[in-house]
Amino acid sequence: MLEPVLTAHNLTRRFGGVVAVDDVSLEIRHGEIHALIGPNGAGKSTLINLLAGELTPTSGTIALRGDPLPRARPHRRARLGVGRTFQRSNVFRDFSAFENCRLAAQAWLPRTWALHERASRCAVSGAAATRALAAVGLSARGDVLAEALSHGERRELEIAMCLATEPSVLLLDEPLAGMAAEESQRVLELLRQLKTGRAILLVEHDMDAVFAVADVITVMANGAVLASGSPQTVRNDVGVRDAYLGEPI
Amino acid sequence: MRRVLPLLALLALAALPAIAGKFYVELVAKIMIMAVFAMSLDLLVGVTGLVSLGHAAFFGLASYVVALAAPDSYTAANLWTSLPLAIAASALLAFAIGALVLRTRGVYFIMVTLAFSQMVYFVFHDTKIGGGSDGTYLYAKPEAKLGDWTLVDFGDSTQFYYTMLGLLILTFAFLRLVLASRFGHALAGIRSNEQRMRALGFNTYAYKLAAFTLAGAIAGLAGYFAAVQFGFVNPEMLSWHQSANVLLMVILGGLGNLFGAIVGAFAFILLQDLFSSLTKHWLLLMGGFVILVVMLLPGGLTRAGEAWRTWRMPARDA
Repeated sequence: MLEPVLTAHNLTRRFGGVVAVDDVSLEIRHGEIHALIGPNGAGKSTLINLLAGELTPTSGTIALRGDPLPRARPHRRARLGVGRTFQRSNVFRDFSAFENCRLAAQAWLPRTWALHERASRCAVSGAAATRALAAVGLSARGDVLAEALSHGERRELEIAMCLATEPSVLLLDEPLAGMAAEESQRVLELLRQLKTGRAILLVEHDMDAVFAVADVITVMANGAVLASGSPQTVRNDVGVRDAYLGEPI
Repeated sequence: MRRVLPLLALLALAALPAIAGKFYVELVAKIMIMAVFAMSLDLLVGVTGLVSLGHAAFFGLASYVVALAAPDSYTAANLWTSLPLAIAASALLAFAIGALVLRTRGVYFIMVTLAFSQMVYFVFHDTKIGGGSDGTYLYAKPEAKLGDWTLVDFGDSTQFYYTMLGLLILTFAFLRLVLASRFGHALAGIRSNEQRMRALGFNTYAYKLAAFTLAGAIAGLAGYFAAVQFGFVNPEMLSWHQSANVLLMVILGGLGNLFGAIVGAFAFILLQDLFSSLTKHWLLLMGGFVILVVMLLPGGLTRAGEAWRTWRMPARDA
């Protein structure tokens, strides 16, 4: 049994009368890709926002390596090693691809307040940014402004920025959305490499991709967990088939 | 061009007292003080993306410290103690106000900065501190002495002028350093996408508070010398008109590169001077000019060259 890194216990989040996430328990383990699927409005993004500290749960707890996490503060959680990407590309549009990654890497560095040191000459964050761009295959596009990148490239940059912070847990919110088939394949290959030494939570709509890379799949519907287990178990689950109303998975 | 123009401008500034009369030397000294003030606001508005409409509070508070630090209005204050005191007071006020207002965003941020600065305004307007609504005259300028030797005589307009030129250059150089540092890059990241900065692990609140405090301290530096030059302080120096004027200077010149703040301060005050000598309805002319700049040069006066090139050669790939 692999060691759980991020654990959610009975998480519930209400928005007024709507229960977006309903009593969800989840374990994301080291060295595993844990896919989270479900129809639109199932509560997947809310769950990611809870895990990333963007939202505070109405009830329930989240623990990182066994230690319960304090109240939701995204920057604290990121410092503890929980990195995330966003469903819609959320990059620094007026920065170059390299600068996006360098700024991301800088989040970890001490001496942030050393005003006399030039950020552009910082060797540590520069090296981390170079590594992150290379990992997603964007090395040649480092000088291009993020807003000038193609949609697929921006999705890759989104992942590179997260990698530049060297997280131990990756929360990926639909990284493949809108990507060309070729780019998707490249990202899936990257995810397979990344899971060594990391825990990955992958929210994704592309079922072929999910079943191709996931070690564990959790299916959500109406905010609650419908099924959870190996791809094979989930594929054969009757409840899951009903939730997708005949969509073959 | 980009390198030559600032150098020429610097040479012209250095030579001004040799070729122009006292009136212009004093006018340009005043403009340079306002340029330092405008640069401090640019750190918030242009660099970090925090549009503050209460920046005069920190400027004006430091002005009042000049008056309050002097034993009486006929005795000079000591520069070496009163200047650090003024800057510290402004920084402290900025820290306290910033800690509260930075919990808001967008238009609410504009409103609460305005509200807090008006509170400071009314403290000086409605109480006897610093002479109430009339303000106070300072008959003696602070003394900058090393032992018995006077380093600079602020009563001499040429010496004061060169002190302000030095202050402008130092402030500019310091803020350029800040912008190029990791701290400055983080502030630019916050302007671009604060949510992403937090998700990456930046405590954006702490960064913004540090920027707000630093900007307040530099505004205090400007406010101190404004009081020294004018020889009086009154509540107008921390009113919202003052906050709006300095915001206009930054917008006129162009946001985020500090040059804009300096160019904006020169343009604003020189035009104010020109228009008010033409007609008593000069505010109409000023308003018209601001509207023209915003319409024709959305990047401000310092980006006029870029605007001209795009106008000459419209982008065809759009």
